[in-house]
Amino acid sequence: MGGVTYGPAELISQLLVGLSRSMILFIVCAGLSFVLGVLRVPNVAHGSLYMIGAFVTFTISKWIGGWVGFWLALVLAPLVVALISLIAERALFCHLYQREHLLLLLFTFALSLILGDLVKIVWGAEYRSVSAPDVLKGSISMFGSSFPRYNLFLLVMGPLVAILLWLFVNKTKIGRISRAAAVDREMVGVLGINVSWVFAIAFVIGCFLAGLGGALVAPTVGITLGMDHTLIIEAFLIVTIGGLGNMWGALLGSLIFGVTQAFGVLMWPQFAIVFPYLAVVIVLLLRPTGLVKSVW
Amino acid sequence: MFKSIVHSRGSGIALALLILLALLPLIVPRFFVYIFALIYVTSLLAMSLNLVVGHGGMFQFHHGVFYGVGAYAMALVVTKTSWPLWIGFVAGPLVAATVGLLIGWFCVRLTRLYFAMLQISLGSLIWAVVFRWYKFTGGDDGIHGIHMPPFLASLNHSYYFILVVLAISLVLMYLILKSPFGATLQAIRDNPQRCEAVGIHVRRHQLYAIVIATFFAGIAGVLFVVLERSVFPEMLFWVMSLEILIMCLLGGWFTFAGPMLGAAITVGLRTFVGRYTEYWTLILGIILILLIFFLPDGVMGFLLKTFRSQAKEGSERSPL
Repeated sequence: MGGVTYGPAELISQLLVGLSRSMILFIVCAGLSFVLGVLRVPNVAHGSLYMIGAFVTFTISKWIGGWVGFWLALVLAPLVVALISLIAERALFCHLYQREHLLLLLFTFALSLILGDLVKIVWGAEYRSVSAPDVLKGSISMFGSSFPRYNLFLLVMGPLVAILLWLFVNKTKIGRISRAAAVDREMVGVLGINVSWVFAIAFVIGCFLAGLGGALVAPTVGITLGMDHTLIIEAFLIVTIGGLGNMWGALLGSLIFGVTQAFGVLMWPQFAIVFPYLAVVIVLLLRPTGLVKSVW
Repeated sequence: MFKSIVHSRGSGIALALLILLALLPLIVPRFFVYIFALIYVTSLLAMSLNLVVGHGGMFQFHHGVFYGVGAYAMALVVTKTSWPLWIGFVAGPLVAATVGLLIGWFCVRLTRLYFAMLQISLGSLIWAVVFRWYKFTGGDDGIHGIHMPPFLASLNHSYYFILVVLAISLVLMYLILKSPFGATLQAIRDNPQRCEAVGIHVRRHQLYAIVIATFFAGIAGVLFVVLERSVFPEMLFWVMSLEILIMCLLGGWFTFAGPMLGAAITVGLRTFVGRYTEYWTLILGIILILLIFFLPDGVMGFLLKTFRSQAKEGSERSPL
């Protein structure tokens, strides 16, 4: 700590690293938050779905190869994850919505144990890596420092997902119903709407975003078992500081988390992982129910 | 108060079980002695969590931190200082309870899921420091080869030490739960608003409960060091904390002894299923899901309901 000073170029490039990490976190957390808001399920298995998204991306881009493989994986991996979540929802979740939150949480933890071992069975315990297509490889220089292209791509994807999710929730009929169901599910049922299917669709969309996050993170990290554990805890904290069930809160929380982590690396590399937790603690002490209004 | 123990139906069974377990090292092979000792340590940990979760109704989601802190306090005293060893044994629970007081002081201001999240973030903070502070805590390697005094040198000695400490802790926990404080705590669990209305200081009682529970978690941490002679940061990771919660659920969290049964099942599964397949968590997950669907009261809760003719005092009540 101390001693080393950083020029504006380093600071800006580190900010960009933090922001692009934030975008991955946001995409995953938006899904988690959506499920929390509509279904009131704290889904620990969300992290496992993210991991599955990354592994499926690896497999598809290896099978097909080249730039086609990567783009196809980016589309297919979230769909595979969505399919898994649809099966889980219809077979198991839909019977449990009336139970206690604590029981639901342990249920999803059990699910994450199962999914984690299934990933171990299918893909093994080695590190895997995915390479980005040529268009997104390398870096371009801006403001006197160089930015990896893939990070810029992430900076486009994050807001894109935010806009699409906002349009879905506010402008489509099913989105509006899901918002209503978040507030008063019995009333929605009384109006003659099949709440069970609304929940299923909301759950699948949330999990789709976990898969998308996993697919997008694949070229930037080593894909391995255990990546679900680190992510899900971060995701829960982000969703909480943002305000449970609020998409903009998830965005704000992700920005705080990603950026403090990135600057933590500059300030004190050994303890970089401590900084985002510290930020979360401070936010929770000042605004216990989150920065943006929670739907709970 | 002691009368309640002497006259309770469980005490006879408990005493018989204790004698049986004390004879165990004479009968079974060494490996089983070790497994049983590990079950006792884990049982104490699960029991300490259940004080606040099952009986207190609080969302104590990061209990592993206090277990780890207790173990690390003991390990650091033994390896980094030349202080007499008993200080290590005392330091474990005391440091754990102090950390419990600090974290609990913040957490009791919030309720339910927010309580849980604040505790997870504070606990993760401690985990991150332990995980990274290579010079002091050994970082992600942990600390190994912790030297134990002669009276704990052999496995059998450790076994008896752990068994005795567990038995004393259980009696203390039972007395605490049967005391007016314990009754108040369970009342707060069932209806915090009404307790507030009749003049009970809810937060203060919850904080006391957290301190007591973390003290016992610290004891469990010390016992872990006695048994394993090593500590590692996974003890403070959130996965560990959820595993302890699962033990409470498995055994049944509105029974007194349920969490011990849950701990025994979990350790047993890991040991014996883990021998045949590396996918033992898959089995654990499936068992848990079956349990949540069919036996939401846990194994012990189910047994009690089935075999006890007159269900007494709140045993069917949900803890939350």
